[in-house]
Amino acid sequence: MSAPARGTGGRVVLGAVGVVVLGYGLWLLVSRQSLEGLVDVGVWWAVGVLAHDVVLSGLLVLLGAAGARLLPPAWRAPVAGGLVVLGALTLLAVPVLVGLGREHAPDNPTLLDRDYWAGWGVLAALTAVGVVVARYLPRRRGRG
Amino acid sequence: MTRTPDDAAGPVGGGPPARGLARLRASGPREESFTSRLRSPAVAARVGVALGCCFGLAFVTGLISHYAQLPDPPVPFPTSPSWGYRLTQGLHVASGTAAVPLLLVKLWSVLPRLFAALPRGLGQVVLVGAERAAVGLLVASAIFMLATGLLNVSQWYPWQFSFRSAHYAVAWVAIGALLVHVAVKLPVVRAALGSDVDDAGLDRSSATAQGALSRRGLLRVTWLAAGLAVLATAGGTVPLLRRVSVLAVRTGEGPQGVPINRTASAAAVDVAATGEAYRLDVVRGDRVVSLSRADLEALPQVEQSLPIACVEGWSAQATWTGVPVRDLLDLVAAPAGSAVVVSSLQQRGGYATTRLPGNFADDPRTLLALGLSGEPLSLDHGFPARVIAPDRPGVLQTKWVHRLEVEEGGS
Repeated sequence: MSAPARGTGGRVVLGAVGVVVLGYGLWLLVSRQSLEGLVDVGVWWAVGVLAHDVVLSGLLVLLGAAGARLLPPAWRAPVAGGLVVLGALTLLAVPVLVGLGREHAPDNPTLLDRDYWAGWGVLAALTAVGVVVARYLPRRRGRG
Repeated sequence: MTRTPDDAAGPVGGGPPARGLARLRASGPREESFTSRLRSPAVAARVGVALGCCFGLAFVTGLISHYAQLPDPPVPFPTSPSWGYRLTQGLHVASGTAAVPLLLVKLWSVLPRLFAALPRGLGQVVLVGAERAAVGLLVASAIFMLATGLLNVSQWYPWQFSFRSAHYAVAWVAIGALLVHVAVKLPVVRAALGSDVDDAGLDRSSATAQGALSRRGLLRVTWLAAGLAVLATAGGTVPLLRRVSVLAVRTGEGPQGVPINRTASAAAVDVAATGEAYRLDVVRGDRVVSLSRADLEALPQVEQSLPIACVEGWSAQATWTGVPVRDLLDLVAAPAGSAVVVSSLQQRGGYATTRLPGNFADDPRTLLALGLSGEPLSLDHGFPARVIAPDRPGVLQTKWVHRLEVEEGGS
């Protein structure tokens, strides 16, 4: 990490190709969007990074601290594992749970045609079962 | 137990004593504030490789999809296998979906780097600054790609930009920034993958606290989350998973057994024009053959089993009946290899006119379909007639077709 100067030729070429590809992407972006669209892309970039780096990351640090204080040690690993799984799936499910796509196509019954809250409930229940099973599973990995 | 899981004291609340360069910062989180052993190159490299593979796969299949949508590609897009586009676009959405948990864990594992102090010396600052700018672009573009892709699949468009061109351009930004990132980090990645996951050799000096999970445990739940993400959504394109995919945007069901991307009313189709007054015009130069729906039904009918595969990742195999497009072109004596401009009755949307390249028009499986699943096409499936061709993006399977015009002198 601390010796960026010790690059081999292959890495320099790879990096150079990366810079060209990146530049091409930026050029595509600037040349094919309206100013309004371009500003909106910028807003999405900023909001995406802030939503992750500030909101989500901060929330996870707080959750970790709360878990350390409140959870009995035997439950920490199973609960943390369950949070990784259910947290990721929940974020993934936001577009279908909110379901605003339906407003765009109100007369299309084949779009968003499930009960997604029920589906999320099933995933949450499965995760809860997994957490309990992992807690009481006799198998113990060597981790202190 | 004090400060057991990740950063129990938190980056906000003190942390272990500051070392070295961290003295430069007066307050706020520092790289050293993060103490969990899980936030380590050993974890980041392993998740990063999987994430890189997902992004690579999504990029390649995305390029294929954009190429398939070119009206006049320099090298013809193949018509076989008929399920080719169904596979590549299914993989495109699946790899992007799997990337969501992977990206979350990857970013979590490297979060302390966000707070790393800048080195001394102008040269170093410029170099490190450039690397951080590339990482910043990588993070911003990666989040952008996954967020806009997921929203677009659910037909929710909370933006002003053109999704198609912005998603395409930012994909190049993401892959370029990824290549730069890999070039910079390759030695660390090699060292991390070359040693045991629990090896502490590459760890930050402050990363000594046991996490809630072991590193192996974290990796295991990460792979599990990525796998479940795919299983929970892939049912829109893998019929076997239909009942399992509780988060799939489409069940795969619909009128005549096939989902609908865009209804007739959403495409502003004039229903009156689909009735008795309907005529299909087959045009070549000044030759015009005009056919009613009954005339089309009187022509020899062919049955084909072909998939409809949408850019949004869902797909369905179906049985179509109709007249091979090539038979219609023969009515105006169009030469072999002629491309055809297909016009729809739809008055809204960007695909009212599409171009069927010569190799697609000549393929005997390419139909002007009149029926689906043994019944006349429903209005929302494109009644009175629609194009269905093998290995072709759904947006180009034009519905409500009223005109086929042979391109003169074209390939």
